[in-house]
Amino acid sequence: MSSLQTPSTFVEGPTRLGKAELAALVAADIPDGAFVNLGIGQPTLVSNYLAPESGVTLHTENGMLGMGPEAHGDDVDPDLINAGKIPVTELPGASYFHHADSFAMMRGGHLDICVLGAYQVSARGDLANWHTGEPGAIPAVGGAMDLAIGAKDTFVMMTLQTRDGQSKLVEACTYPLTGVGCVSRIYTDVAVFLIDRDGDHGGDGAVVVRETHGVTFEELEALVPVPLRRP
Amino acid sequence: MVTITQSALDAVADIPDGATVLIGGFGPAGQPVELIEALVESGTRDLTVVNNNAGNGDVGLAALIGAGRVRKVICSFPRQHDSHQFDAKYRAGEIELELVPQGNLAERIRAAGAGIGAFFTPTGYGTPLAEGKEVREIDGRHYVLELPIRADYALVKAHRADGVGNLTYRKTARNFGPIMAAAATTTIVQVHEVVPTGAMDPEVVVTPGIYVDRVVVVPTAATPRPEEDQ
Repeated sequence: MSSLQTPSTFVEGPTRLGKAELAALVAADIPDGAFVNLGIGQPTLVSNYLAPESGVTLHTENGMLGMGPEAHGDDVDPDLINAGKIPVTELPGASYFHHADSFAMMRGGHLDICVLGAYQVSARGDLANWHTGEPGAIPAVGGAMDLAIGAKDTFVMMTLQTRDGQSKLVEACTYPLTGVGCVSRIYTDVAVFLIDRDGDHGGDGAVVVRETHGVTFEELEALVPVPLRRP
Repeated sequence: MVTITQSALDAVADIPDGATVLIGGFGPAGQPVELIEALVESGTRDLTVVNNNAGNGDVGLAALIGAGRVRKVICSFPRQHDSHQFDAKYRAGEIELELVPQGNLAERIRAAGAGIGAFFTPTGYGTPLAEGKEVREIDGRHYVLELPIRADYALVKAHRADGVGNLTYRKTARNFGPIMAAAATTTIVQVHEVVPTGAMDPEVVVTPGIYVDRVVVVPTAATPRPEEDQ
């Protein structure tokens, strides 16, 4: 299903990736001319590494295509904010539209890539990123469920492990789901994983490891409780 | 026939206790603060409010919730760093919450204005927010049945109106305004200015005046300065 080119050989890097390096890695994988939605938080960093000449157009679900960088000082306009409610700027060629149109263009498959954070992703691409299910927590979903299933490709950016060392790539999500079978790639500090939803990576249901950073393939297998394959 | 007034209080005076009210805005952008504060002043109670959020700081929707006038909130994202008014009412069990994915919220409002009885959407399938809802597989994909959100009133902030209620908006403050204007029995809009009928280029009208009942001119509308949040 994925229309994106992926390297067919396995790559091993010497060190784990920091947040900035990970953002640069995701940015490098976004094709020129793509329409992209970057989720709130870590995915927003990807915009720092998209070259202006790439022709990538950013969508923000509160009703804009052609979103520019964060606004500062006199450029701050309370009527011009992104989905995280941060003041932003408009680029030449920008357009505004109402919320139903904004989500229709998302749900209708017109966006090429959406990049989201995650609490957990399952081996079949289920995503959990909106609610930890903690008692007493006030639930809030925003556009997460629409984003997860809307774009042609949904990329996740996250650390591979929780603070206490649990893998966030799991056999089945234990947190409440955001979307079913929607994630196509997972970018982590330790490895980039391709979810083989349609057998398009030859993975036979296994998760394909495109590259590792700071660990060998065998060390990665010990960290992750799901079957892994080389490309 | 649209009524144009300078008085927000007059414009909202007939909203009764127990009404369902669509309130425009995404966080502070496009929030009709002056209309909401007139609603606070009018004393109306037991409201069901539909908004993307559940108030920011202590103004507008947050003030309405803080004053105890809202029985139920239908929204996608109540929890924010400055949603303390809602948080307190929710934790005290004094406000009901219906959480709706943002695109489903928008489409349910749009459907109401467009006369659609229900629709199947892929958003939310297999998640806790689709529990108990009808599911159908269409061409190999799973969809959830969602119903329209109709309302008695809509409170919307636009930028300009003309004499027949045609509206334009500013930037991302447009957000829910156009779909909410169409989904309510009575739509009340606050604008920065009213231009004479004929002075607005018909090509740039975003909300046609057919959806608008009352226009309130608020030349110096308060827009809370946006702060970083989810």
